[in-house]
Amino acid sequence: MRQILAVLLLVPALALAAESGHALERAPIDPRDLVSLQSGARTFVNYCLNCHSAQYMRYNRLTDIGLTEAQIGDNLMLAADKVGDTMNVAMTPKDGKAWFGVPPPDLSVISRSRGVDWLYTYLRTFYRDDKTPSGWNNRVFANAAMPHVLWKVQAEQSPVQYDRTVRDLVNFLAYLGEPVGQARKSIGIVVLFVLGVIFVFAYAMKQAFWKDVR
Amino acid sequence: MSSRLMALWDWFDSRMPSVGEEWRKHASEYYAPKNFNFWYYFGALSLLVLVIQIVSGIFLTMHYKPDATLAFGSVEYIMRDVPGGWILRYIHTTGASAFFVLVYLHMFRALLYGSYREPRELVWIFGVLLYLTLMGEAFFGYLLPWGQMSYWGAQVIVNLFGTVPFIGETLALWIRGDYVVSDVTLNRFFALHVIALPLVLLGLVAAHLLALHDVGSNNPDGIEIKKNKDANGRPVDGIPFHPYYTVKDTVGAVVFLAIFCIVLFFMPEMGGYFIEHNNFIPADPLKTPEHIAPVWYFTPYYSILRAVPPLFNSQFPGVAAMGIATLILFFLPWLDRSPVKSIRYRGAYYKGALALFVVVFLVLGYLGVKPTTVWGQFGFDAFFLDTKEIATWAARLCTVLYFAFFILMPWYTAKDKVKPVPDRVTM
Repeated sequence: MRQILAVLLLVPALALAAESGHALERAPIDPRDLVSLQSGARTFVNYCLNCHSAQYMRYNRLTDIGLTEAQIGDNLMLAADKVGDTMNVAMTPKDGKAWFGVPPPDLSVISRSRGVDWLYTYLRTFYRDDKTPSGWNNRVFANAAMPHVLWKVQAEQSPVQYDRTVRDLVNFLAYLGEPVGQARKSIGIVVLFVLGVIFVFAYAMKQAFWKDVR
Repeated sequence: MSSRLMALWDWFDSRMPSVGEEWRKHASEYYAPKNFNFWYYFGALSLLVLVIQIVSGIFLTMHYKPDATLAFGSVEYIMRDVPGGWILRYIHTTGASAFFVLVYLHMFRALLYGSYREPRELVWIFGVLLYLTLMGEAFFGYLLPWGQMSYWGAQVIVNLFGTVPFIGETLALWIRGDYVVSDVTLNRFFALHVIALPLVLLGLVAAHLLALHDVGSNNPDGIEIKKNKDANGRPVDGIPFHPYYTVKDTVGAVVFLAIFCIVLFFMPEMGGYFIEHNNFIPADPLKTPEHIAPVWYFTPYYSILRAVPPLFNSQFPGVAAMGIATLILFFLPWLDRSPVKSIRYRGAYYKGALALFVVVFLVLGYLGVKPTTVWGQFGFDAFFLDTKEIATWAARLCTVLYFAFFILMPWYTAKDKVKPVPDRVTM
């Protein structure tokens, strides 16, 4: 009990220490760029979806980013049978723990817990480090259990191309975190417009009733 | 109204006249002062948010699963697979914070115009009970998404009860139903959140409104409009609540809903204050997050908790200070000795004290969301410095000032130079 309170009072100090690492770069993502989202989806299913699941996301939801169910089935469903399935992986958390020390986290809402800037910087700051089990280390997330999965991509692409690949992937992860994000904003504009119209009538009614109050 | 509808109403009214009577008593013939200003919207708006929370909550309950293995996933299921589920969820999260914004503004109105003063002490007491119940409701509800902040926030708050001398550990165990926050805790918090406390809230709202309508509303001048009645026995400065304030509050409600919807549709996380980033990580009893911050509406009291130094290795003094900081509100009607109610006719002492209180409350709230290292350390050392963190000392100063506002109130309100109060309200 007391330890927990002590932890509670201590943690802010630790939080500061962890934050004082590498500066985060602003992720230049665009949630309306469907080409970028589709490219990110391709990178995601090819590189991330082997160890990481996105268990709350259904494949057929990807029609949001301009794909047909046939396209999803042909190009993106490497690990599932039905287009209505969620993005699960064969690797169990137990295996993950045995192989990496920690089970790879589910990525459904990773963009909402980590933030897109963190993801964008993280995926671009891996460096060689012989002292870690994977041979890789990271500037934002020291001693990360994940090896540099995209190392081959980075080696084959120019720095500008690689930045774009990561940007597309992070763009997709942001979409994955909240698939309704774009629709939410468009609905919001309609709702505010309707409220604006109601306001005009409500205000006129108030003025009419209050004419005789002074 | 068409004659057929009138006939139907007559049929109904002759069999159950109390509906019409209550309507007249509480709306069409309830006389409210005509000079309500901006600050008088927030009571009605709080009621609106209560309804919004109950309705959105009912629909969320249809899809949410109060089970430690399923809760987090069921929230994401609501966000993704339930048609319109994301709107329901964001309505509920935005509503929770909006509720506190409105209630804080509503309480500040009472401080501005002395609405807690005689004869409205019971209105105020029911109001404070509503505020405390709302805190409980928010706390229980916050566990339900079963994210890291839900889990560790609940762990920390329940552990506060564990600091109570002698019975603490047993008390905390009784609240949790387990040695740590677990599935058992989630299940009971769900029950408390969806049925127990909402019933208490509704009962208290009824008591709050009945007590108010018995004595009548205060107003920005702090004058009793009932002292000045016309030949028909109606207050000359009063107007029927319906239609005057129903139409006025409708305008207020539309403006409020517009602001509400801007948050809901364009910034539902509100930068991590309404929905914390760490709450998108499923609860993990084995992994304490680096920074546990309560949701913003609890942070002034959380700051007080952190500011009070432990005594004999026990955190209980801080917990007690936090408890007293909320309970002291009950005594406000008897602490205020000013001959006037409204700030309009009060002197510099009360105006200064209230202004300082607002600053102190905001600073405490700000410090509560930040780590205690936020303002760095003093550059010197002294025997009395148990910690060199500037923010901790600032929180201590603010804690003292918070209590001073109440404890010194009998003195500074009695000494204050007040202005003469007019007989009639001013528009």
